[in-house]
Amino acid sequence: MYVERVSVTEKAAAVIDQLRQQHGDLMFHQSGGCCDGSSPMCFAKDDFLVGSRDLLLGEVHGCSFYMASDQFEYYKNMHVMIDVTQGRGSSFSLEIPLGLRFMSISRIFTDDELANLRPLEVC
Amino acid sequence: MSFQKPDFKPQYENYIGGEWVAPADGDYFENTSPIDGSVIARVPRSNANDIDMAVKAAWKAADAWGKVPASERCNILFRIAARIEENQELLAVAETWDNGKAVRETMAADIPLAVDHFRYFGSVIRAEAGQVADIDAGTVSMEIHEPLGVVGQIIPWNFPILMATWKLAPALAAGNCVVLKPAEQTPVSILMLAEIIADLLPAGVLNIVNGFGPEAGKPLATHPDIKKVAFTGETTTGRLIMQYASENLIPVTLELGGKSPNIFFESVMAEDDNFLDKAIEGLVLFAFNQGEVCTCPSRALIQESIYEEFMARCLKRIEAIQMGDPLELTTMMGAQASNDQYEKILNYIDVGKQEGAEVLIGGEAYQNETYPNGYYVKPTVFKGNNKMRIFQEEIFGPVLSVTTFKDEAEAMEIANDTLYGLGAGVWTRDVHQMQTFTRGIQAGRIWCNCYHAYPAGASFGGYKKSGIGRENHKMMLGHYRHTKNVLMSYDKNPLGFF
Repeated sequence: MYVERVSVTEKAAAVIDQLRQQHGDLMFHQSGGCCDGSSPMCFAKDDFLVGSRDLLLGEVHGCSFYMASDQFEYYKNMHVMIDVTQGRGSSFSLEIPLGLRFMSISRIFTDDELANLRPLEVC
Repeated sequence: MSFQKPDFKPQYENYIGGEWVAPADGDYFENTSPIDGSVIARVPRSNANDIDMAVKAAWKAADAWGKVPASERCNILFRIAARIEENQELLAVAETWDNGKAVRETMAADIPLAVDHFRYFGSVIRAEAGQVADIDAGTVSMEIHEPLGVVGQIIPWNFPILMATWKLAPALAAGNCVVLKPAEQTPVSILMLAEIIADLLPAGVLNIVNGFGPEAGKPLATHPDIKKVAFTGETTTGRLIMQYASENLIPVTLELGGKSPNIFFESVMAEDDNFLDKAIEGLVLFAFNQGEVCTCPSRALIQESIYEEFMARCLKRIEAIQMGDPLELTTMMGAQASNDQYEKILNYIDVGKQEGAEVLIGGEAYQNETYPNGYYVKPTVFKGNNKMRIFQEEIFGPVLSVTTFKDEAEAMEIANDTLYGLGAGVWTRDVHQMQTFTRGIQAGRIWCNCYHAYPAGASFGGYKKSGIGRENHKMMLGHYRHTKNVLMSYDKNPLGFF
């Protein structure tokens, strides 16, 4: 069994279920930069064009989770858990109209975990 | 002194074709204030139908507006500037309620800068002209500017009125009609601005459609009748905006933030004078606008020979940052713009602690006694190294990451070791050193012995992943118009080919 790089809280999974009913299959892409950056963005599966250098970090509740490879350099040793909070981010992320915002909670992997991480997939 | 809450209307509408129009589906959302979490007003939750109506209204006005002489467009922009100036206090206080930032800043920076920005673009559109070249004795080439028509603009929430102005002023000056979507956290101040200036523009030239990114922003960015999109925000949405623009083969300008280095060389401490005092303030400017600035000097690089003494003096200045009621002129830092922003900042403070960075000051939320339900974070300084996430990712909060360097080579390496390139600060008494760094740093704006100045007429934009385009300068006009080449022959003779 590999150690996963990404996971999701029950609360966030419930929001994913709710959004999936409305929009079909979903995906996440971790954003960088200003304003609402440094947060996970949730899109309908085919709405965001995944780039040839984006990395697939894993699946969360049936959704692929991607990150730009240069940004991933700084996440190599971190587990990312998708959570959700009240709030009004402005972006094209699908949960915004619900008055909710997905967020990334990070945790540094232990040495044991680092030795057994799921291999990354290049898109 | 403290300022009274403005008389916000209980409900605002979209501004389309010179009229205040209810959203097609009759839906609204609540706009809350980060100062105390209270509801300010209800704002339209628009969708593709409203965007479509606005784009149509804009095109109806586009032909006539594009033909208004530059002299008249100049006059109109000057009138807009004067009207904003007359209403400075109202708009500044509204901005503070909408965004959370201290009124000290909205009175001194946001609104006066917006006024000057309209005047700048009014001035340059009057003064500039196309180009003419003699190609040969019988041929003259004319480069003539024509507006794009209707453009879409998506505004961020950190300086709502000023960022709307940065986009509106060049677009209007160049003769375009605009469909503008304010950020959903901060729509009301822009709507109040529109109420104040509405009568100065012909109907349909300025259209404002409110709503959420996926519901209103996306239909605007993908609309086949929009000729350009301007966006300020983050990288994933920036990519999405480019992707949408590729469907219609239209240009975009993007401003996507940064992780700006602020470099302090040992010569700043050569004397204990006003310049040293200025440099200390220059470091503390990370707390300006609660750190919610794309060019926040969020990485301080300090030469090791002066680190202890310089940092001790900076920390004393940071300790003196006055928090409290954003509506008091003495308050230096207000609320973060939204709950999720507040939570994100606290998460990053946790990441910094996990990464082993040392908290030199702050490192937690601020309990505001006046507004216990607002979103306040203490100014926070970490000491760590440039490979940490808190040195590489934009936190968009009052969080400074400090590291040291030995010599120029190391300073340059750290400064450029970032995915972004929006701003940078260099502090030194050595002009040669300054020159080396102004040219060596890969960023669109290098502040030399100053920081966070945004005068109209000084271009602003990014290298690397910080974006495309240069705002705040007349060159932005080029992003809002076509160049038409008219090639005129005065030669009566045929070519002789056929």
